[in-house]
Amino acid sequence: MAEIRNYTMNFGPQHPAAHGVLRLVLELDGEVVKRADPHIGLLHRATEKLAENKTYLQSVPYMDRLDYVSMMVNEHAYVMAIEKLLQIEVPIRAQYIRVMFDEITRILNHLLWIGAHALDVGAMTMFLYAFREREDLMDCYEAVSGARLHAAYYRPGGVYRDLPDTMPKYQSSKIHSEKETRIRNANREGTLLDFIEDFTNRFPTYVDEYETLLTDNRIWKQRLVDIGVVSPERAKALGFTGPMLRGSGVEWDLRKKQPYEVYDHLDFDIPVGVNGDCYDRYLVRMEEFRQSNRIIKQCVDWLRKNPGPVITDNHKVAPPSRVDMKQNMEEMIHHFKLFTEGFHVPPGEAYVAVEHPKGEFGIYLVSNGANKPYRLKIRAPGFAHLAALDEMSRGHMISDVVAIIGTQDIVFGEIDR
Amino acid sequence: MSTTQLENLAAALKDVLGDKLVGLQTHFGEITIIVRAEDIITACTNLRDNSQLRFDTLIDLCGIDYSTYGDELSAKHGLRNKRFAVIYHLLSVEKNYRLRVRVLAENNEFPVVDSVTEIWPTANWFEREAFDLYGIVFTGHPDLRRILTDYGFIGNPFRKDFPITGHVEMRYDAEQKRVIYQPVTIEPREITPLVIREEHYGDCEL
Repeated sequence: MAEIRNYTMNFGPQHPAAHGVLRLVLELDGEVVKRADPHIGLLHRATEKLAENKTYLQSVPYMDRLDYVSMMVNEHAYVMAIEKLLQIEVPIRAQYIRVMFDEITRILNHLLWIGAHALDVGAMTMFLYAFREREDLMDCYEAVSGARLHAAYYRPGGVYRDLPDTMPKYQSSKIHSEKETRIRNANREGTLLDFIEDFTNRFPTYVDEYETLLTDNRIWKQRLVDIGVVSPERAKALGFTGPMLRGSGVEWDLRKKQPYEVYDHLDFDIPVGVNGDCYDRYLVRMEEFRQSNRIIKQCVDWLRKNPGPVITDNHKVAPPSRVDMKQNMEEMIHHFKLFTEGFHVPPGEAYVAVEHPKGEFGIYLVSNGANKPYRLKIRAPGFAHLAALDEMSRGHMISDVVAIIGTQDIVFGEIDR
Repeated sequence: MSTTQLENLAAALKDVLGDKLVGLQTHFGEITIIVRAEDIITACTNLRDNSQLRFDTLIDLCGIDYSTYGDELSAKHGLRNKRFAVIYHLLSVEKNYRLRVRVLAENNEFPVVDSVTEIWPTANWFEREAFDLYGIVFTGHPDLRRILTDYGFIGNPFRKDFPITGHVEMRYDAEQKRVIYQPVTIEPREITPLVIREEHYGDCEL
């Protein structure tokens, strides 16, 4: 009888299904995974250490670069932690804007997830559809902050500026004729809110399209049903949060259970899975598309009716307006101090968590009264999820490992930090 | 958490942990408890299993280096010249409670804390991270390897005495025709200085 040995295989770090720089050492028995050992840290930039050497405001753009597909939600946790230590109030309009952009971000994130997940599993088309919609939402980012990805839009005390009255428009060129450009610009004639509303009206149809392609698709189901099953008790012990936990049937969403900003004034439902497999997690995220869309609609309605300030008038934290700064001595001093020395946060410690598209994203901030954080710990949801990859993939085939990485919605910016 | 919830949790913690509870602080609606390093396993088992608490999820575990925290604050938090601490953030999905547990490592030169991987399996990677970045050793951990830093990295980069530039840099050497490590050539610089103001600095009096 021939001697049978397990085979050790290296997967990544340069692998299209590794979602970035994941290196997996797989111990295989034939094609069955016996052990998976993820090697992470290839994208480690020591964000937390860098933040200790920067003022509070200078670290805001670093937050965008953590989970680089859900930029604004990362900022949200960070600015909320600072606001908690400073004990400052955020204007209600800023809270609605934040919630609206959180949900836009959730859709952005889930669109990339569905595109990449389907691509890993073998459905090429989804990626193209998902990126078509992402384009519109990134235009919203651009309209509001000037950047399509790394927005740095949320600031301690509110948001950087109010929603603009115009949308950026396409220009005709050799490739796009004048007539065609007019059609493309049709929904960009009004304000940003008009554009977002137009998107929310179109989006449910798009989700239906995705579902037609995938939900009852035989290949899709063969690849996802009963793969990576996690029981509710085990999911909690493994530190799962967000759609990973809800996919296992635990009704837990920070937006409902520990509401922050204005989530308690909004009407939305929390989808929950039953079996805890990859397919249930897929269904949960598909329903989150629709619920996020609902929340955005409510925010648009509210924001239309209620103008007001979008950042706190405490100039120890937020900069004064340009006009005031040029005319008044005190405002000029505030501006100068704010952007040279930065503001001081009273000594203390706070942990703030938000419902990130991937799970619970937390910021633990320790201050010793200086203008820089003493310690900043970023609790990334993907870190705990990837740690469970070994347990989830044991006994599955190699191709299922790819499906499990897809369902975990791994992004290395936040895991390696 | 609401005030009643905080009071219930504080009462339950005093009841369950008894003399294992060294300190309890409430601030910004968050409860922080301090537990001695030798009691961490029994305390955490109680926190997870007691029907009044049910902390079934370990949300976060991180190390911290208190060496430049400031004497006044260290005294206020009862750090007693301890340099390293491990901070646990717990969540009870069932009861909707959150809790922060602080454990000070006894030895400043060789900080050791018991591992909680048996209680919450998710602690595995978080403890590896704290070991990697702060050099805190977790006894009883099944696989205590470095996790975030490079293969063959030397030092604990998040300690306050580790420079932000690091100690070595990597470059391609044309003569040896390979990548080599050499001491850093970057001058350390600080663009915005660290400033701690006295209390009530800049407050205007009416």
